[in-house]
Amino acid sequence: MKVSLKKLTKKFKSIVAVNELSLEVQKNKTIGILGPNGCGKTTTIGMILGLINPTSGSVEIDDQDINKINRSEILKKINFASPYIELPKKLTVMENLVVYSKLYDIPKKEQRIEELVTDLNLTKIVFKKNGELSSGQKNRVALAKSLINKPKLLLLDEPTASLDPDVGDYVRTYIETYKKNNEITLILASHNMIEVERLCEEVIMMREGNIVDRGSCQDLIKKHGRKNLEETFLKIVRDKKNELE
Amino acid sequence: MNWNRISGLILRHYYLIVSSFPRILDLIYWPTIQIFLWGFISKFFTLNSEYYSNTVGVILTAAILYDFLFRSSISYNMMFLEEIWSRNFTNLFITPLKLNEIIAALTITAIFRTMIGLVPATLLAAPLFGVSIFKLGLPLFLLLLALYIFGVTLGLLVTSGLLRFGPSFENIAWGSLFFLAPLGCIYYPIEILPDWLQVIAKALPLVHIFEEVRSILINNVINYYDTLKALVISIAYLIVGISTFYLSYAGARNRGVLINMGE
Repeated sequence: MKVSLKKLTKKFKSIVAVNELSLEVQKNKTIGILGPNGCGKTTTIGMILGLINPTSGSVEIDDQDINKINRSEILKKINFASPYIELPKKLTVMENLVVYSKLYDIPKKEQRIEELVTDLNLTKIVFKKNGELSSGQKNRVALAKSLINKPKLLLLDEPTASLDPDVGDYVRTYIETYKKNNEITLILASHNMIEVERLCEEVIMMREGNIVDRGSCQDLIKKHGRKNLEETFLKIVRDKKNELE
Repeated sequence: MNWNRISGLILRHYYLIVSSFPRILDLIYWPTIQIFLWGFISKFFTLNSEYYSNTVGVILTAAILYDFLFRSSISYNMMFLEEIWSRNFTNLFITPLKLNEIIAALTITAIFRTMIGLVPATLLAAPLFGVSIFKLGLPLFLLLLALYIFGVTLGLLVTSGLLRFGPSFENIAWGSLFFLAPLGCIYYPIEILPDWLQVIAKALPLVHIFEEVRSILINNVINYYDTLKALVISIAYLIVGISTFYLSYAGARNRGVLINMGE
């Protein structure tokens, strides 16, 4: 799915959370949104998902404005995962997957659930309640939920936050492999620069609702004369901060 | 409307209820306590009050019907609160579920939750106090329907408040029905209220429902006109409730609360 954000703006009273953000993500590409806390990443994701109404501008998915067409139809092809939202704790992994397979009206539900349980190594925990799982296990279950409808557009908000390096690497490898084998556009908001370097073809750097720089990871590193993306990110964000002050 | 999606949301609450014995117990416990409490009060009034002397169980019948309203409304609110407490709110609102499907699913689930509590309590009332709500005859079903529609409406208004004000509106959810109870004339005739309150009370379906209950049980007079009036008023409130829910949802999208709603 192609995603076009056109002069997207969101104001909460006098605070401008996102300011005239324009961006185009081509079909099957992966883009990373980087920026400090409060820079407008989550608000942008919220607007792409249709959870937040923009103050002005538009979100177009496959050239259709998400706020003007039947949102339900578009949402069949989109999904989202974030460590800040959870699946019901009192339901088992299997129950959660069954519920969400119905909410997404998946054909051949059992087969899809079985595929995800096998692929994400959930067999041993499938009858455990979500509340009894470790962070890493919960993360894998959330990922299974986010892939249940075979989304054409997947939004991930800090997918490996609070995970130990081993589990974090497992998740990144899984996303990488999944992307290779499926037609999917990926929008990733993250603070983890290694993750962004590994997964994203293009990066946008945000600060205070504005895009302050964009490009491929290598281009940005080269342009700012730094060793890696983390140093580049710090330079861009701090330069902009000094500029604003 | 898509039945698969509706059944998905119903299933989510079914799993929640059946997985927890304390939850089932909680659903049965309060209606049963109500039956016992009002059963004894009713028995006392029957023996000592001239007004109630000819009819056994008017108060208890009213208590059962009021509890039906209370449970249906609270069930509705509880299901919405469960999503907030479990931080599942955003997950639900990014599925293709439409608002009318959410309303349908919660309305269907609320009746099951209400029945889990009320059926045992109602069955207990017969052998313990000799009171059966079925004495109301055919109008009972219309009265229950009017009460249920009004209960769902109150549930919708409270969930709209949760969408508008967030989880802090939770306390209002618990208190919403207690606020209306004095005006509902559940246990006393409307004439008890001052004239100006009677005008307000008549705008609620509760007065017409409970006046009809007393009319049937005390005077043996069935007045279908009052029952239908209660039903029409309930439906009118339901339309207001649904509209408020849609408006609150639109407001929540404007304020951006759907993406981070949780405790």
